[in-house]
Amino acid sequence: MSDDGERSTPGKGLVQGLAVTLKTMTQRTTTQQYPDVEPELPPRSRGVIALLEENCTVCMLCARECPDWCIYIDSHKEEVVVPGAARSRQRNVLDRFDIDFSLCMYCGICIEVCPFDALHWTPEFEYAETDVLDLLHSKDRLGDWMRTVPPPPAHDVLGEPSKEEATAARKAAGPGAATAAKTARPAARRPAAAAPPAKAAGEEPAKAAGDEQAKPGSGEAERER
Amino acid sequence: MPIWLDLIVRVVAVVAAFLVLPLVVGQAEHKVMAHMQGRLGPMYAGAFHGWAQLVADGVKFVQKEDVAPGEADRRVFRLAPIVALFPYLLVLLAIPLGPNGLVAQGLDVGLFFVLAVLGVGVLAVLMSAWASANKYSLLGGLRGAAQLLGYELPLVLAAASVAMAAGTLSLPGIVEAWRPWWLLWQAPAAIVFFVAGLAEIRRPPFDMPIADSELVFGYMTEYTGLRFAFFLLAEYVGIIVIAALTTVLFLGGWHGPFADQLGWLWTLVKIFAVSFVIIWLRVSFPRLREDQLQRLCWLVLVPLALAQLVLTAAVRVLT
Repeated sequence: MSDDGERSTPGKGLVQGLAVTLKTMTQRTTTQQYPDVEPELPPRSRGVIALLEENCTVCMLCARECPDWCIYIDSHKEEVVVPGAARSRQRNVLDRFDIDFSLCMYCGICIEVCPFDALHWTPEFEYAETDVLDLLHSKDRLGDWMRTVPPPPAHDVLGEPSKEEATAARKAAGPGAATAAKTARPAARRPAAAAPPAKAAGEEPAKAAGDEQAKPGSGEAERER
Repeated sequence: MPIWLDLIVRVVAVVAAFLVLPLVVGQAEHKVMAHMQGRLGPMYAGAFHGWAQLVADGVKFVQKEDVAPGEADRRVFRLAPIVALFPYLLVLLAIPLGPNGLVAQGLDVGLFFVLAVLGVGVLAVLMSAWASANKYSLLGGLRGAAQLLGYELPLVLAAASVAMAAGTLSLPGIVEAWRPWWLLWQAPAAIVFFVAGLAEIRRPPFDMPIADSELVFGYMTEYTGLRFAFFLLAEYVGIIVIAALTTVLFLGGWHGPFADQLGWLWTLVKIFAVSFVIIWLRVSFPRLREDQLQRLCWLVLVPLALAQLVLTAAVRVLT
């Protein structure tokens, strides 16, 4: 009331306050009618983790990388007799794959490290339970979530080609042909980057070799090279 | 019409208004406040935009246990909500709705009666505060007493100005004498009356007696269930009463196009418009500090009301 010496006109702030509330009243509300109306989640929302069991090789990378150790995996080996082969092969069979969502902190490291895309983010988030023990999702329940995995986002036209595409292109061109980095996006490459392709070509095998170490028992594609 | 039937019709009409209008204002407050804050407000009760929210609230309050603190002065404690609510019911009796005697009880000293009965409110505040045996209640009640006694003065002075201008204390008489240019001439008195009225019904930004962030809930802290609902109802009837008095005294009551047929509608429209402003002020402004409250009353409103009184007297004597 008293110490408004530097204020221009008395009561200006009061009128401004009234104007703000009146303007807000005429605008659309921001309330989301959640249980009635599904929220529009941004792409790549992290709701729950889905498991594509066929892709899992029981490499245990996810369980080992998990910061709070909330992935539990059991498996056994099975003999697979291949007709015509000299000896039978062995295959890992998944017995148990549980994720305890009461521990999970949704860091997504398991999904990042999975070499075979067996784990996926899905935007589903409505799996609250009244009993904390029910938050331990079993293999089947994690498999159920696969139905809700959204299709992957379209490839960035200006981005680097995916490794699969590059490999396929290289294979199609035959041995000794130009590498992926030289051919895949001539249009998008900067003129000054004339030298880098050689370096990129050098990097490619190294990266592939690194991947190969990460996937024991896999890598038919890479081995051909 | 026999006199007893006439009486019953009038009383029933007033009680109906007493029960319905506050609910309308309360629902409007829910919705207006929500939209002013970018929300939707109640949406579920009654299926259509939560129209039955206050009915549901009422049912909830009825179901709750009526608790009185062990140390409380029980009789006074139980009586206080009624004392808070009842004066407003009496005030509604004297408020004219339309021309040609459309008023429950036209009193020659209507203005005097209304202001006197409104003053009873402070008693309810003190009763509930003292009987609750709770320090927060007591603090809130004393704040309320200081506020209500202080703001009674500008309220009465502003009302006296318009009564002097009209030359009558009868509320229908004042509306009858009202002319549109009074809007300008009596504007300071109207503002003083409205602000003092806000303080009288302890609405934000003048809700220091309740001040939930400082005093829990002031003199209402210990109340539960139906008695608490009575206090809330008193607050919303208070809005109606202050809006109606502002309308009748300063905004020309039933004056408007087709006043003879639609006078009651004009009165109601004006009452709801003023109620909207009361809600609007609540949403927009933060609570005043206790010393600011008293400063505003004694250093701004009382001098303004006195100046208006001098102006009104001068104009009355000269014309």
